[in-house]
Amino acid sequence: MSPQVNPVEVSETKTGIRRYIAAILSAIFMGLGQIFNGQIIKGIGFALFYFSALFQGYEFWKYSYWGITTLGEVPGEHHSLVILIKSLVGLILFLMVFGIYIFNIVDAYKNGKLRDQGKQVPGIKKTFKNIVEHGYAFLYLSPGMIFLLLVTVLPLIFTTLIAFTNYDLYHSPPGKLLEWVGFTNFKKIWTFGSWKKTFLTVFSWTIVWTVLSTFSCFGLGLLVALVLNQKDIKGAKIWRTILILPWAVPAVVSILIWSGLFNTNFGPINELLAFFNIERIHWLEDPFWAKVAVLIVNLWLGFPFSMALCTGILQGIPQDVYEAAVVDGANPFQKFWKITLPLVLYSTAPLLIMQMAYNFNNFNVIYLFNQGNPPILGLRGAGGTDILISWVFKLTLNKLKYNYAAALSLIIFIIVAGFSIYNFTRTRSFKEEDMMQ
Amino acid sequence: MIRNQKFLKVIRLTLTYIFLLIMVCVTVYPILWLIGASFNTGDSLYSSTMFPKNPTLDHYRELMNNPDYPFYRWYWNTIKVAAMTAILGLVLCSLTAYAYSRFRFPGRKYGLMTMLVIQMFPSFMNMVALYVLLNMAGLLDSHLGLVLVYAGTSIPFNTWILKGYFDTIPKSLEEAALIDGASRSTIFWRIMIPLSAPVLAVITIFHFVIPFGDFILARLLLTSVNKYTLTVGLFTLISNNFGKNWTTFTAGALLMAIPIVILYLSLQKYFISGLTKGATKG
Repeated sequence: MSPQVNPVEVSETKTGIRRYIAAILSAIFMGLGQIFNGQIIKGIGFALFYFSALFQGYEFWKYSYWGITTLGEVPGEHHSLVILIKSLVGLILFLMVFGIYIFNIVDAYKNGKLRDQGKQVPGIKKTFKNIVEHGYAFLYLSPGMIFLLLVTVLPLIFTTLIAFTNYDLYHSPPGKLLEWVGFTNFKKIWTFGSWKKTFLTVFSWTIVWTVLSTFSCFGLGLLVALVLNQKDIKGAKIWRTILILPWAVPAVVSILIWSGLFNTNFGPINELLAFFNIERIHWLEDPFWAKVAVLIVNLWLGFPFSMALCTGILQGIPQDVYEAAVVDGANPFQKFWKITLPLVLYSTAPLLIMQMAYNFNNFNVIYLFNQGNPPILGLRGAGGTDILISWVFKLTLNKLKYNYAAALSLIIFIIVAGFSIYNFTRTRSFKEEDMMQ
Repeated sequence: MIRNQKFLKVIRLTLTYIFLLIMVCVTVYPILWLIGASFNTGDSLYSSTMFPKNPTLDHYRELMNNPDYPFYRWYWNTIKVAAMTAILGLVLCSLTAYAYSRFRFPGRKYGLMTMLVIQMFPSFMNMVALYVLLNMAGLLDSHLGLVLVYAGTSIPFNTWILKGYFDTIPKSLEEAALIDGASRSTIFWRIMIPLSAPVLAVITIFHFVIPFGDFILARLLLTSVNKYTLTVGLFTLISNNFGKNWTTFTAGALLMAIPIVILYLSLQKYFISGLTKGATKG
């Protein structure tokens, strides 16, 4: 059943007002403009969508203005967090519907223009074909994107919003309502004595940790890869397999094992030191040594990954480059500094950025090894090895300071996202991204 | 001159082997210590030695029979969650990666970058939001809720790797198929998927090991002991009574690690090539 398109009189002039009438009709009610243009089924489709969006979305939209204003009105009955989530979902739905609404106006205008110029508007068959051809990308994308939206993007926006409320132990739904408090949380973290001190302490250690942990793993990984890449090594494959073990053992297990190894009183590491008559080190109780220990553990965990990666890259470097260098009289060190290292860094740059971002938020090592301890006097809920992310976790779980935790999460997000985006846009693979291969 | 070169070579190789031996010792020691501890007679960290005097299987028996720690149950939960995550993740990632690799649409480049940035944030950072969302959906303390979060959060990284691999498959194959009248979905299922089997295997493993590596999300979302996955179970075992359960913990940890280690070692070749290809466009 395809609708007959009205025969259109061919106008000599290329102007007309049908395009405007169609657009205005569509703006008044979705689909009207399409019906006016003679695309009956398409118009009915739009109209049905519009109807259902208005009615189905009502559940979400009736509270949306609350999300902006009060976050609920009756304590105990209105759950502020649920209202916040529902308003967010409502907002996302609204943006989707609004996008389709705009599309429907543009579509009506375009087809109106075709009629003004005396051309045929596409019938239902052709329209359907267009949808299928252009819709494929959308079809393949939507499952993954919907998941991402629900599991990561939506919670991220939600956390951002929490940073501007007074959500903590004394204001927690459903018993109490939340209120918007503007930038108060950020101001307090930044001006209030002990909070400021904690933030600066944790933040500076986080930076040191990120740089040291990333480059120690990469350096050792590259060194081992280079050593194993020598042509006259026997059993390179076996060495490699053994050295990759730390990557293969589940991290949760090995981190807990390491915390046993570093045990001050009974751990084998101190036993070894005692054997050489070196004084026992308080690995888990002394802030400085705890930091050293956690870096060692991370090095053990992380170097195999870099080793595997560098091995792959080294094997891909053509040998004639080196032969040419030798002919030109390069010594081994020059070969490394001038050829190998630049090539390896060039290929691994995006991954190094990723590794840095990963280590900045490397919760598992810090928390499982020593719960971020040892405790330090005068710090608000943070220990000696705590990085920002584990501090956020403790604020949420132990102190119920949800608003501060969210504010800190937002700060983490801005730092890491800013750093990564800035660097990614400058990497080779991003610049080449849109060229058709 | 020649002798000098030979001498240098001997020195270089000696140093190399010494370095490698040290590395191997440091790498293997914690693992051997774990194995040794699990066969020890005592309970505590204090008495555990690498080579136990009277090796015993008591701790393994205790794991199997202790009603407080349903180890079997945890193991089965973990396998179940891992399998579900792998299946769901594979479907989501392959579809998304194909779209990013083969279609050109507005916002594509920024979509890719957004994905990369988003995956840098551990999902538990948004634990309050996840908690409320899952609560609204009635999925708290359920394996399904955990699987949805695992699969959703692992999309970006794996999509990125997979897209990199898809990019290396020449387009001419698809163009030829299109001319022959194949539809897009036929091309996807009959050409792209079989051609990228090795990297798909890697992605499957990556998904499969998530529950074995994640501690914190499972900890937050699972509240009943019978629903615990291995990581949460083993952690509670050790944190409840560090001194007393140490050796039992090591036995459990070993049982958990063995299958994963075998998986990794047998597939390391694919990992390396898949990663270098996918990540660096080598």
